[in-house]
Amino acid sequence: MMIDTENLTRKFGSLTAVENLSLHVDEGEVFGFLGPNGAGKTTTVRMLCCLIPKTSGEAKIGGYDIGNETDQKNIRKIIGLLPENVGLYDDLSAYRNLDVYGRLYKQAEGLRRERIEYFLKLLGLWEKKDVAVGTFSKGMKQKLAIARALLHDPKVLFLDEPTANLDPETSKTVRDFILELKKEKRTIFLNTHNLDEAERVCDRVGIMKTKLIAVGTIEKLRESLTGRKTVVQVNHLDEQIIASVEKLGLKSIETVDDNKLVIEVNDPDKENPDIVEAIVSVGGRVQFVTGASPTLEDIYLKLVRG
Amino acid sequence: MDLANAWTIASKDFSIFRKKKSVLYSLIALPLFVSIGLPAFIQILITRPRIPVGTIELFLNSFSFLFIVIGVFLPVTLASYSIVGEKIEKNLEPLLSTPMTDGEFLLGKTLAAFLPALASTYGGAAIFMTLMDVVTHSRLGYFFPNWNMAVILLLTVPLVCLFSVEANIIISSRINDIRAATQLGSLLAIPFGVIYVMFEINFLHLNIGSLLLICAVVTVADLVFIYLTKVIFRREEILTKWR
Repeated sequence: MMIDTENLTRKFGSLTAVENLSLHVDEGEVFGFLGPNGAGKTTTVRMLCCLIPKTSGEAKIGGYDIGNETDQKNIRKIIGLLPENVGLYDDLSAYRNLDVYGRLYKQAEGLRRERIEYFLKLLGLWEKKDVAVGTFSKGMKQKLAIARALLHDPKVLFLDEPTANLDPETSKTVRDFILELKKEKRTIFLNTHNLDEAERVCDRVGIMKTKLIAVGTIEKLRESLTGRKTVVQVNHLDEQIIASVEKLGLKSIETVDDNKLVIEVNDPDKENPDIVEAIVSVGGRVQFVTGASPTLEDIYLKLVRG
Repeated sequence: MDLANAWTIASKDFSIFRKKKSVLYSLIALPLFVSIGLPAFIQILITRPRIPVGTIELFLNSFSFLFIVIGVFLPVTLASYSIVGEKIEKNLEPLLSTPMTDGEFLLGKTLAAFLPALASTYGGAAIFMTLMDVVTHSRLGYFFPNWNMAVILLLTVPLVCLFSVEANIIISSRINDIRAATQLGSLLAIPFGVIYVMFEINFLHLNIGSLLLICAVVTVADLVFIYLTKVIFRREEILTKWR
């Protein structure tokens, strides 16, 4: 297990930012950490990166305890952090920005040069290696900040809103890069508001609102939290059809666009034929029947809004 | 403590200072003005035959004290840029997530403001002493270097530089605007300016004893400020309270 927390809590005075967070992330897993603003996502990352101390609870990164001073130095050696604000030195060149970090991570000169060259070439920034970062676009800066976080080959990568404020094309580049990292079996802890991004790249997600309110694969969250839905389209929807379906005693029935019924079902194989029969029995003409699974956004909103 | 980490932080700041013209000008202008302007003033004065040798010596002695004022003044801009600049560009978070310790970071920041200020003060003093000797040699012989200047440059200036650096780090930790931090930091030079005026009007005498007394007071202030910077230089303070 690469990240392991047990009842991790952080308070700022009377405000509880993170409450009893118990979380386990395996080696090589991409874990999405979702939640609204002020949910405690950044505070969690800061605690896990040993930037701020915990108030109570336990947390280990790669087996090292975040509350132990000797372990903290070891944790900092094995993690890479891309904060929400990239925090690059605008007056320095791309190369020099990375060189400063390579030195702080005690990389030998030869290896440092090699790694900087590798990442700048990989991210298409090699031609601009001597250019001041202040002249870079947001996307270029984001890519450089990712290179900085990876320069020392960390076992765990913390990415805090890596595609926030980026245009769609650059977002895609960054997302594709995360997918590449996933192939390398690197553990990635991804803080994001972007549910589409989480759905595409994460193995599991956790939804946070000061407390961890749900955790699991997106598929499991779908099943456990929202059940399954059947969509039936008829040529004309009337009161008789609705009444006939309601008699089946199903969980919930919604009408959409004047000709669709969205029905929450427990067992589609058994209940869908009954639904069709109920509609046909009152003269309804069924155009199609399909299953509908909720998106991550549906799950997220349901949980966050309580 | 890993001095290489502190040096990485300091040398990174030197690279940034080299790109900032305003920082470079502030580092060069004042020492150059004093080291060339004052010998020029004495040159004009010395051409008057009625000026007694004792008066010229008095001037030269009190002018020496100006390098202490310069030593307080020069680190102000450097320390402000070094700390406030990091806050404005929001690059503290990734920097503090590296294995570097808080103490190494603080030492790096101290060196970044201390060394250029000290070097510039010494450079200005070297030009000042050379030009003054050229100008006054016919009346005074070789006036510089002398013991007063030796104590000023080797003891007092490093101590006041450190005083200024630490005080400005504390000021900069609470302020988010480089100009405001610089203006506030400049106020540190006022007590030393007052002492200079006292020497100039002969209210105090500039000698080894008075210089050592100043050194003792500044050393105590240095120790207090070093303690305070250590208190505020904790990762959590920096990330959550440095606004």
